[in-house]
Amino acid sequence: MATSSKLPLKDGLEGFAFDWSSDQRAFKGVPWGKAMMWIFLLSDTFIFSCFLISYMTARWSTVEPWPNTSEVFSLSVAGVSVPLLLIAIMTFILITSSGTMAMAVRSGYQKKRKQAAALLFLTGILGMSFVGMQAFEWTKLISEGIRPWENPFGARQFGSVFFMVTGFHGIHVSFGVIFLFLTARKVLRGDYDTGRRGFFTWQKGRYEIIETLGLYWHFVDLVWVFIFAFFYLW
Amino acid sequence: MAQDGQEHPISTYLAVWILLFVLSACSYAVDYIGFQGITRWSLVILFMFLKAYFICAVFMHMVWERMALVLALFIPTFAIVVFVGIMGFESDYTQLGRKVFFDTGKPPTVYAVPHSNSHDEGQEEEDSH
Repeated sequence: MATSSKLPLKDGLEGFAFDWSSDQRAFKGVPWGKAMMWIFLLSDTFIFSCFLISYMTARWSTVEPWPNTSEVFSLSVAGVSVPLLLIAIMTFILITSSGTMAMAVRSGYQKKRKQAAALLFLTGILGMSFVGMQAFEWTKLISEGIRPWENPFGARQFGSVFFMVTGFHGIHVSFGVIFLFLTARKVLRGDYDTGRRGFFTWQKGRYEIIETLGLYWHFVDLVWVFIFAFFYLW
Repeated sequence: MAQDGQEHPISTYLAVWILLFVLSACSYAVDYIGFQGITRWSLVILFMFLKAYFICAVFMHMVWERMALVLALFIPTFAIVVFVGIMGFESDYTQLGRKVFFDTGKPPTVYAVPHSNSHDEGQEEEDSH
C-alpha cells in the first residue's frame, strides 16, 4: 500500500496538472477509501441539487401563494409563538455533532481509542436527537393537515417538496447514525489497533476510516445548511 | 502531508465550531428580525455560503488537500449553477403559461392561517380543479 513516489510531489496548479496526467493514480496522498467517499459525496451533491432545483422550479412556477415557512414552522413556547424554533435547535445540534465528529477524527489519528469512541458515540446520539426532532416536526405538520398533495396554507407543491427534501436528508442522517455507532463499537474494541477484520468486507480497518465517515457526516451537515437557507428561510 | 492523516490543533476546530454557531444565529436572526426582499435573500445566501465554506474547508479538511482532489470536486459543481439557470427560465415560462391559460378571473383562494385553528370552519367549497 506504499504510495510514496520517487519524485517529490508538486503543489498548486502545477501539482494538479502533474497529478492528473500521472500514471496509476490521480489522487495522491489520500487513502482510496477517502477519495471514493469524496466522489460519492460529489454524486450526492448532485442528487440534493436536483431536489433543491426542483423545489425552486415548483415554487417559481406556481401561481398559488407559497406558505409562510416562518409561521408554518413556528413553535409556541409558553403561549408565545417563536418562528422556526425547532429548526434552529436542529441546526445547532447538527453543527455541534459536526464539531464532535471533527474531534473524533483527531482523537483517532492520535490513537486515543476510548476518547475517539466516546466522541463518535456522542455524535451518534446528537444525530439521533436530530432525527427524533424531525419525526416530531413531521408528526406536527401531518396533524395540521400538510400532505404531499395538499395543505391548508397555500401552494400544494409545498408539502411534496418538504417531505421529499427533509425526508431524504433524514434518511442520510439515519444511515450516518448507524455507521457512527458501528464505528464507535469497532474503535472501542480496538479493531483498528489489532487489525481485526470487518464482518462485511473482511478487510482490516485503519483509523482513516473515522475521517472517511467524518466526511459523510460533515456532508450531511452541509446539506442541512442549504436546506435551512433555501427551504426554511427563503 | 496528508499521508500522516489529517491532524490539526483542537483550537482550530473549536474556533470554526463557534463561528458556525454565530453564523447560524445570524441567519436565524434574519428570519427573527423579519428582513424581507433582497436584504433577506442576500443575507441568507451570504451566511449559507460562509457556513458551507467553513464546513468544507476545515471540518472536511479541504484546505489541506492536494489541488487535484479539490478541483475534481469543486469544478463539477458549476454544472449545478447552469442547471439552476436553465430551470429558472423554465419555471418562469411555466408560470406565464399557467397565468395565461388557467387564470379563471375569480378571486384567489383564501388559505388558512397556521396555528389559528380557524381553518376548519372557513373552508369554502371548491367548484373547480
